[in-house]
Amino acid sequence: MAAPAQRRIIFQHIDEAGYTNDLACYQKHGGYEVLKKSVTRKPEELIDEVKKSGLRGRGGAGFPCGVKWGLVDRKSGKPIYLIVNADESEPGTFKDRYIMHQDPHQLIEGTMISCFANNVKQAYIYIRGEMPHGARILEKAIAEARAAGFVGKNILGTNYSCDIFVHRGAGAYICGEETGLIESLEGKRANPRIKPPYFPAVLGLYQCPTIVNNVETLCHVKYIIEHGGAEFAKIGTPGNTGTRIYCVSGHVQRPGYFEFECGKITMGQLLNDVCGGPLPGRKFKAVIPGGSSAKIMRFGERYKGKRKVGAEMVDYDWAVEDVPMDFDSLGMIGTMGGSGGVIVMDDTVNMVEALANINAFYSHESCGQCTPCREGSLWMKKITTRMVHGAARAEDAALLKSVADQIPGRTICAFGEACSWPTQSFIAKFGDEFKNYHETKQAPKSTAAQPLV
Amino acid sequence: MNLKPDTLSKIDEVITHYPVKRSATLPLLHLIQEDVGYIPEKAEEWIAAKLEIEPINVYEVISFYPMFRRKPIGRRHVKVCRTLSCALMGGYKTCEQFENEFNTHRGEVSPDGEVTIEFVECLASCGTAPVVLIDDDLHEKVDCAKAKQLADQIKAEAKKR
Repeated sequence: MAAPAQRRIIFQHIDEAGYTNDLACYQKHGGYEVLKKSVTRKPEELIDEVKKSGLRGRGGAGFPCGVKWGLVDRKSGKPIYLIVNADESEPGTFKDRYIMHQDPHQLIEGTMISCFANNVKQAYIYIRGEMPHGARILEKAIAEARAAGFVGKNILGTNYSCDIFVHRGAGAYICGEETGLIESLEGKRANPRIKPPYFPAVLGLYQCPTIVNNVETLCHVKYIIEHGGAEFAKIGTPGNTGTRIYCVSGHVQRPGYFEFECGKITMGQLLNDVCGGPLPGRKFKAVIPGGSSAKIMRFGERYKGKRKVGAEMVDYDWAVEDVPMDFDSLGMIGTMGGSGGVIVMDDTVNMVEALANINAFYSHESCGQCTPCREGSLWMKKITTRMVHGAARAEDAALLKSVADQIPGRTICAFGEACSWPTQSFIAKFGDEFKNYHETKQAPKSTAAQPLV
Repeated sequence: MNLKPDTLSKIDEVITHYPVKRSATLPLLHLIQEDVGYIPEKAEEWIAAKLEIEPINVYEVISFYPMFRRKPIGRRHVKVCRTLSCALMGGYKTCEQFENEFNTHRGEVSPDGEVTIEFVECLASCGTAPVVLIDDDLHEKVDCAKAKQLADQIKAEAKKR
């Protein structure tokens, strides 16, 4: 079956000729009309629309946005903060970058609607440090919106006031973890906080109730308020509503970002029809479906089990190409939709070398406060790097697995899982390649193979 | 601390963005690094006094975040993405090309003082890999040929100076 057409609701104007990132252009395309209507409605009504929509967070965990908002402590009398998580840094993910650079007002409008709905006192956009132009674009856009009465004091003549400030990170991946981000925004090392008790909804920024939402999530909120939660829920599939932006990188003919209804496209359609298939003369070997920490899928393997379709349980027997690209299907087969970053590897790639690359990333980015993660990620890096650049041994596969198995569940934040899943899944799916690496590495390499570590 | 008047006014402005002054630690470090080129040692005490915190609070932030540096670098900062999607498309070769062009190694100032080349982790532009950030500007699909072109451009600009 051919791939369905893209449905661009968030990326509607991305790469559109003549579309600029200033206020005038945004308003010419109907910008801030949704905010104008929103401030005449009751905040609870807006929260209800988001709950009805079934919107799940687009940062990686897929947690329902309405539920997140519902957990906010509104009785403490403390101010409520909202933080836009624009620390896009999960390897393979590159969607928020385009929203912020090309359509910043969409994000600002979504943010202000969310702030009004939750009676937020102050919002911050935490943007990664490596996007200096993005930070300047957002600051300029916020200033324009402030001058027009969409942000700041007495928004659109109401009694409601809320400002947005841009806060730049400084190159640490862990700031994408919401409690690490909060620590960073407080001016500290981004060491994630332990939950309980530090659920952001109760004890977040400055120990006040705090909402942390991804850039794309907040853009969806704008769309939901415009069209209604029920209408939004009709897009996509039940439990996986709305659209998703898939970021495809690596070994395909046409990498890029593509917005589809959630669950309406399969991995095979995305990689073959949309992205043009493998590079000439190559074959797909493996794909990571949701950012580099998501467990790897091996082409040729099959996933079997039972799944719920409507009220019935039906058998499924899928090849990699058949798997629908939604949170639940990818979760069911043992990986995850995560942040939507799809990284494709073809038959020129040696999996030991690919894992060595990923392990170097996680070892560099571990914040260091939990021993299993700090040491484990470093050991996994050292072992895989040694396998590639030094002496590889048949027993390294088992050694790597034993290190990886001792990390998850023993750390303060999910980084422990994130750094061990690649090693666990690479060895589960490509165990032979690890066991035989000490022999295969002696053989001459394909000229197309790239150094990965 | 000998900061430009513009930096000082930006510092005073950014502190007002937060109900707790300590939150301005990262913004102040960015502003000082943009002004001076790196974070001089005396900045720790200066920021600490400004934000009413201890110098160790500033030091621990500088040492945690990869973007803050305690030493001067070359006039241009070339950051090559090292992470998987870029590596799959030739990022390691791109980095090597830059190193050869400027006769230097990653993390060092080139002999002519012109560049510091570094490997950095994912720059969130994986669809146009390999990517390179030169100062504030992102360059996409930088294969060896394009790396050479960019290096030539840097060299030409250096000559004009």
